[in-house]
Amino acid sequence: MNGRRLAAIVKKEFIQIKRDKASLGIIIMMPLLMMFLFGYAVTTNVDHISVAVLDQDKSAASRELIDNFRESTYFDFNYYVYSQKEISNLIDSGRVKGGFVIPANYSRDLKRSGSPQVQFVVDGSDPTVARTAMNTATILAQRQSMDIRVRHLEQRGVSLDSVPGIDFRPQVWFNPELDSIKFNIPGLIGLVLQNITVLLTAFALVRERERGTMEQLIVTPIKPRELIIGKLIPYVVIAFIDVIIVLSIGVYWFNVPVKGSMLSLMLQSLVFLLVALGLGILISTVARTQLQAMQMTVLLILPSVILSGFIFPREAMPLPIQLLGNLIPLTYFLEILRGVILKGVGLEYLWKDVVILFVIGTATLTVASLRFKKNLD
Amino acid sequence: MDTVLEISGLTKRFGDFTAVDGVSFSINRGEVFGFLGSNGSGKTTTVRMLCGILTPTGGEGNVLGYDIYSQTENIRQAIGYMSQRFSLYEELTVVENMDFYAGTYSVSAREADARKKELIALVGLEGKEKQFAGTMSGGQKQRLALACALLHQPPLLFLDEPTAGVDPLSRRNFWKILHQLAAQGVTVFVTTHYMDEADQCHRLGFMHQGRLIGLGPPSKLKNDLGVDTMEDVFIAFAERGEEAVRER
Repeated sequence: MNGRRLAAIVKKEFIQIKRDKASLGIIIMMPLLMMFLFGYAVTTNVDHISVAVLDQDKSAASRELIDNFRESTYFDFNYYVYSQKEISNLIDSGRVKGGFVIPANYSRDLKRSGSPQVQFVVDGSDPTVARTAMNTATILAQRQSMDIRVRHLEQRGVSLDSVPGIDFRPQVWFNPELDSIKFNIPGLIGLVLQNITVLLTAFALVRERERGTMEQLIVTPIKPRELIIGKLIPYVVIAFIDVIIVLSIGVYWFNVPVKGSMLSLMLQSLVFLLVALGLGILISTVARTQLQAMQMTVLLILPSVILSGFIFPREAMPLPIQLLGNLIPLTYFLEILRGVILKGVGLEYLWKDVVILFVIGTATLTVASLRFKKNLD
Repeated sequence: MDTVLEISGLTKRFGDFTAVDGVSFSINRGEVFGFLGSNGSGKTTTVRMLCGILTPTGGEGNVLGYDIYSQTENIRQAIGYMSQRFSLYEELTVVENMDFYAGTYSVSAREADARKKELIALVGLEGKEKQFAGTMSGGQKQRLALACALLHQPPLLFLDEPTAGVDPLSRRNFWKILHQLAAQGVTVFVTTHYMDEADQCHRLGFMHQGRLIGLGPPSKLKNDLGVDTMEDVFIAFAERGEEAVRER
């Protein structure tokens, strides 16, 4: 390894990146765009579900029921209608996702200690929204029903404490608000890091070949490993700048603090970077043109988004698909990112993922260098 | 006169195909040696073996005293090479391109500064130091590529069709520079398709189907064949080559 030659390659590469608008765009705009797009669009939190209500009772009791639902912020009562037909029209047109029907005998039945039927219909075409609406409505209605019963018992002089029941206290760790952004942000850091490094390094060698400068480089005393390392160093620096951009947006804009050690997070990111750079260089040795390199990168990124557990939980996938996900490096990095950022755990729990990434990274980089040497002859 | 390059029986086979077949010649210091032949005659393969980027299948050879099998790294460090594609980085300026190639040959920064000035003057690119290589004319790119190949003061310079796609005036200027270099003791090994350029070489080698079928100064070749122009020399050699192939 010759320092002067290495420095010359690094410097040249930095100048080229600096003057290439497309590269700069990828480096700066891609993390910002992906953070805000995924940060806001990929959310599984459902609230403010638009609903219609057909209140045939129009009593204090029915208004109390509606108010309780509204205060939960899960439901917006945007339409007060006068017939079942109107509810189905609103659902058909997509203006509401559900409808309540409170019968005319609601308050009268309650006074007589009966159980009036309250109907709730949901548009099931979007299962995520429908599931949230059903579950929330069921819980809210049960609580309302419970309150009414307790009131009745107390009127008759029976104290609640004398009736047996369960005091159930669920507790959610790490993300008590079950906010999906907290789950998404760490994953996004991994995805952004992967996409940018693979894409940029995939272009690195192909560009030299396409422009004919490779022919000249082969005749110079530069060694293959010097060329590869010299080309990778600038992208390591850039990838870290991007990690910092993405982390800052996560921490300061989306309020997802890093619970674990920052140093540990950076070091473990470096191991993943090894993998991403290896994949990029590998593409670079296979692809003949920049277009081919681009296509191969997309082919690599798409399955990693779906199989790594970035959006869809891996627990829900059938076993063969889960195993396929085990082949994707991003899967392991997501474990690391979520572990350090959300749970605040360190290497004592994550060492397996780090080891696997290290092995994959060294393997891809070695294969890439060997392939590159072959290309010279 | 000292020899800078010597090969004997140099052969390169790719599978069943023999690209270079027992070629022998030597070149002296300060010579401008022209290497001629049609496409696929084995010219480029020979040059690549001499530059240490392709391992020969057979034969012997040394370049600047280094063995072409075992000392390819020394060869690459010592020679200068310029390809017909003028391998420049278009988004880099004249000086940045030169800095890069100075680095690849481990020329120290101080030495490179002195060499850059000298070479920019030699190839006539004064005042264009900060111009991007991509915005220059074909002739200017060619001269910049030459300057880049000379930064580490190579005693032997390989030029692979250096004037392809350059206007006649630029070509003439370029050859003036080559002769200047030769006068300073730099040996120039140049492949070309242009017969007027072949005329300006001290000595020529003709390749045909992997074999060297003619070697000597332009005037001697013309006399021997009884023709007046280099064009006729080329045609005569090409025809003789075809006959030789038929007899084989």
